[in-house]
Amino acid sequence: MNFVRSHILVCGGTGCTSSKSPEIIEEFNKQLEANGLSDEVKVVQTGCFGLCALGPIVVVYPEGAFYSMVKVSDVQEIVEEHILKGRIVSHLLYHETKAADNTVSSLNDTNFYKKQKRIALRNCGVINPENIEEYIAYDGYQALAACLTEKTPQEVIDIVSASGLRGRGGAGFPTGTKWKFASAEKGPIKYVCCNADEGDPGAFMDRSILEGDPHSVIEAMAICGYAIGANRGYVYVRAEYPIAVHRLQIAIDQAREYGFLGEDIFGTGFDFDIEIRLGAGAFVCGEETALIKSIEGNRGEPRPRPPFPANKGIFGKPTNNNNVETYANIPWIINNGAEAYASMGTEKSKGTKVFALGGKITNTGLVEIPMGTTLREVIEEIGGGVPNGKKFKAAQTGGPSGGCIPASLIDTPLDYESMAAIGSIVGSGGLIVMDEDNCMVDIAKFFLEFTVDESCGQCTPCRIGTHRLLELLNKIIEGNGTLEDLDTMEELCQYMQSSSLCALGQTAPNPVISTLRNFRDEYVAHVVDKKCPAGVCKSLLKYQIIADKCKGCTACARVCPVGAISGTVKNPHSIDTSKCIKCGACMSKCKFDAIIRA
Amino acid sequence: MKSIAELQAIRDKMQKSMNMRRDSDDSIRVVVGMATCGIAAGARPVLAAIVDEVGRRNLQNVKVTQTGCIGVCRLEPIVEVFEPGKEKVTYVKMTPEKAQRIISEHVVNGRVVTEYTIGAAE
Repeated sequence: MNFVRSHILVCGGTGCTSSKSPEIIEEFNKQLEANGLSDEVKVVQTGCFGLCALGPIVVVYPEGAFYSMVKVSDVQEIVEEHILKGRIVSHLLYHETKAADNTVSSLNDTNFYKKQKRIALRNCGVINPENIEEYIAYDGYQALAACLTEKTPQEVIDIVSASGLRGRGGAGFPTGTKWKFASAEKGPIKYVCCNADEGDPGAFMDRSILEGDPHSVIEAMAICGYAIGANRGYVYVRAEYPIAVHRLQIAIDQAREYGFLGEDIFGTGFDFDIEIRLGAGAFVCGEETALIKSIEGNRGEPRPRPPFPANKGIFGKPTNNNNVETYANIPWIINNGAEAYASMGTEKSKGTKVFALGGKITNTGLVEIPMGTTLREVIEEIGGGVPNGKKFKAAQTGGPSGGCIPASLIDTPLDYESMAAIGSIVGSGGLIVMDEDNCMVDIAKFFLEFTVDESCGQCTPCRIGTHRLLELLNKIIEGNGTLEDLDTMEELCQYMQSSSLCALGQTAPNPVISTLRNFRDEYVAHVVDKKCPAGVCKSLLKYQIIADKCKGCTACARVCPVGAISGTVKNPHSIDTSKCIKCGACMSKCKFDAIIRA
Repeated sequence: MKSIAELQAIRDKMQKSMNMRRDSDDSIRVVVGMATCGIAAGARPVLAAIVDEVGRRNLQNVKVTQTGCIGVCRLEPIVEVFEPGKEKVTYVKMTPEKAQRIISEHVVNGRVVTEYTIGAAE
């Protein structure tokens, strides 16, 4: 057997793939070949490491050297210096792993990873997701084996219940209870369903799990099938996640080949198989009843509940539907015990949660933290804070269904109860950070535009309500709003919450409600003073030249695309506001800070 | 998959070859000096011989890495062996044949090849 002395792990997540990691892998193979190292060194494509801001990421073992922002042109240096001569290429190391004596310090000691606890992401960035044997090496399919051969279905459900695991898709419903409902229904035909229709802007947890560790979801679905008495599973995944779909299909094929899917698994007589259903990218299909209709081949429109899917789901049969991240926790819980999982987190929110950090934050990426970690720890320590010396203003959790958390509440723990108490939600895990340059009215408008687009149109409160709400926001942003409009918006929000058919419409007003509550003064500034304090809403901006500071250099007049600036050389210039299109070109050109935006 | 034994067999086989990706483990480290002085003295064939020998014997609790200049260039190629909980042993003036002997005697059987050590050369 060939001894491989070094593994080169290259991130193959969506982020790193778009910044050329496949070319990097190709170049590594080429360089290894050229140096006669192909037999002793192996290149492995993995899933997401989480630190997407620093991608493409390359990790070289056994040293554990973590190279960040690697370019194709860096590969030769890594091979010739590190792989051949054993000299760490220190200028490519992630700066936090660079020890004083030029050696490598552990990645787990960096601020980004130190406070993380990777359960659902345990194999992402560790194994090759396209190789089932690497998953098996990391205890893969042990949980399925244990359930099928040593435990009754009821015992499996009891373990899941005792772990305190709750739905990670957003609603936070206890997973064990859900399984119990489906198991109590009469067979013989039942279904296991996996919701991989992740659609919140800025959220990529589920996608990354499918890309980095698809077998964990397959294994969990088979366990669920055993627990509730189902022999068939569907994964509903978006067609616009091609890498996730591709790797999931490979994983399903391998699982069949190794006999983890199919008939008579582990010789126990239990049959289970999984099929992929591609979604066309409609946000509403993340709602479970719409998702079920879409799987059945119909238009993805929600229906009233009850009956719940546990009673009448796919093709009218009892169905258990969980989110990708929820499933990814299950094998770990079976292997390590319910107590181990329940020992993490808070009293009512057990375990860990994955968040996708985005927006105005240094370490954009994927983090998994014990429930109850405060927003401050996530943003300032793990996330590395707000870049460019700007001040943290607010964070949006839960995407378009969630709410914004103002800076004054930054010490709130991230768990289901604490988030609900301040009018937001944990949601599926999108966490968008905003700084002082973000206008909260504009943010509310952004999310409303999204829900207007994504409303399925079936019920009036959502179809018309989102439109009217957006119209009112636009009115305010253009400087035509009145204080009565704010009250009208609040009233409309209440109607939508109470009378929409599904969660999309019920939660669509949340961004408006929470910005109105936490940043009402900003709305008032737009309405009464006709000013946008953050300087975002164009209609309310005016560019002016301060005559005292202007040297008459004419740089602004030359750069103005509409000729709105006039003046003679060495004399103060002025802006004709009726012509100005507020592009800001003059302001960035001025060397004397003579142009202001007010 | 018909039995748990089959699953364990795959796991054991794969775990060994993936050991190096774990943060802490109890493997023996064999380090070859691969600075300019080492390479000039013939460290590359020594490294290749070590990798070959480890592969031939299917040793999986061994990590083979390189390091830079240790400082005694006149004694290159140098190979260091780190066993968990023991003092490191430094071998000097290595050749592919000598390196193979270190694998078979020291790494496999735990007997230091005293005649090749830096102590014997000085």
